[in-house]
Amino acid sequence: MYDSGKILAGLIIFIVIATLPFTLNLGKAVAKPSPSIDTPAINQMAKKQCVESKDYMKTTHMQMLNNWRDEVVREGNRLYVAADGKEYNMSLQNTCMNCHSNKSKFCDECHNYVAVKPYCWDCHIAPKEGV
Amino acid sequence: MSINRREFFKIAGFAAALGLGGATVAAAVKKEVEASGPYLLDPKGLKAKRWAMAVDMAKFQSDADIQKCIDACHQVHNVPEVDPAHPTQEIKWLWTETYEHAFPGNEDEFIAPHYKHLPFLVLCNHCENPPCVRVCPTKATFKRESDGVVMMDMHRCIGCRFCMAACPYGARSFNFRDPRPFIKKELNREFPTRTKGVVEKCTFCYERLAKGAMPACVEVSNGALAFGDIDDPDSDVRKVLDNNFTIRRKPELGTHPSVYYVIGGKEHA
Repeated sequence: MYDSGKILAGLIIFIVIATLPFTLNLGKAVAKPSPSIDTPAINQMAKKQCVESKDYMKTTHMQMLNNWRDEVVREGNRLYVAADGKEYNMSLQNTCMNCHSNKSKFCDECHNYVAVKPYCWDCHIAPKEGV
Repeated sequence: MSINRREFFKIAGFAAALGLGGATVAAAVKKEVEASGPYLLDPKGLKAKRWAMAVDMAKFQSDADIQKCIDACHQVHNVPEVDPAHPTQEIKWLWTETYEHAFPGNEDEFIAPHYKHLPFLVLCNHCENPPCVRVCPTKATFKRESDGVVMMDMHRCIGCRFCMAACPYGARSFNFRDPRPFIKKELNREFPTRTKGVVEKCTFCYERLAKGAMPACVEVSNGALAFGDIDDPDSDVRKVLDNNFTIRRKPELGTHPSVYYVIGGKEHA
C-alpha cells in the first residue's frame, strides 16, 4: 500500500473528529427535564388535576392545543368538556397559563430539552414571572 | 403440499374474520386515545345571523368622542402605534377618513358641506361578499357562517397580502415589523398581540361577543355606534336603520358592507 502512514493517520484523525460529539459527552448525563408545577394557582388546588389526565396531557397536549385553536377561532366554540365532565374555557393565554404561570419552568423545560420551538409566544402573551 | 378448495375457504374466512376484528379493536383503542371534546358554545355569548353596525355621524360631538372609540379598540386588542414617520407601516383597526376617501364613488356633489369635512370613523365592513376571503390562499381569513363576521386566523396567515390588495376599503394592515415594541399602552394580557408577517384588521370584537359583551368601540360611543343583528327587526342597529337615511361605503362594488353611516341625524357634530 502506498502512503499507508498518511492514509492511516488521516483515517484516525477523521474517526476522532467524527466521534467527537460522542466522546466529548461521554459519561456526562444531561439533566432530565423536570417541568415544575409549583405555581400559586396550582398549589391552591385541592386535587392537582389538569384539564385531562397527566399522561394524556404529556403525550397529547400539542394535538389538544391544535384542536382548541381550531374550535375557538374557526368554529367559535369556547367551552371544552373534559373527560370528567368539567367545562373549561379553551384559551392558552387565559386558561392554561393561569395555572401554569411559570412558562420558563414548565413549557420551556421540556421544549428546550427536545429542541422544539413552538411559536406560541410570538403572539400570545406569556405570563409575568417572578413577580 | 396442496390444499383443497374447502380448506382454502376455511383459512381465508378465518383470516378475514381476524382482520376485521383487529380493525374494530384498533379503531376503538384509537378512539379512546383521541377522547377529546365535546366542544360547546359559551351560553353567555351573543348570537346573531349577521352582525352589523350603524355609525351615527351626528352623535359624535367632537374629535375626542371619536378618539375615545379608537383608543378603546386599540387598548383591548393590543394594536401598536407605529412611528408616524412610516405611515405605510400603520396598523389600522378603527380610524378616521375624510369624506372623499371614505365615499369616493358618491356622485352627489352638493351634499351638506359640513358632512364633507367630518372625520368618518371607518373599520372593516365585514362584507356579506368579502373579496379578501375569496383571494386568501390559506383560508386564514374567512367569513364565519354562524354570524357573518369576517375573521382572521393568525395561525394560518402566511403574509402574502392578497387580502390587502383585494379589500376595497383599506381595512387591512400588514405587520412589517414585530408590533410588540410599538404597543405604547399597558398590554391587555387576555388578548394576544400579533407577530411579524401577518395581516390584521377589526374583528367586530368576536372575543367580546363570545363572552356576551358588546364591541369595545360601541360600549364607549354613547350611542353613536349602534350594533346588533341586522336580521332581527328589534335590534339596535335595525332601529337606527329604520328611522334614518344611511349610506354605505362603495356599495357599487357589490360587497354588501355591514357598516352603515347615518347622514343627517338630528344633532350636528
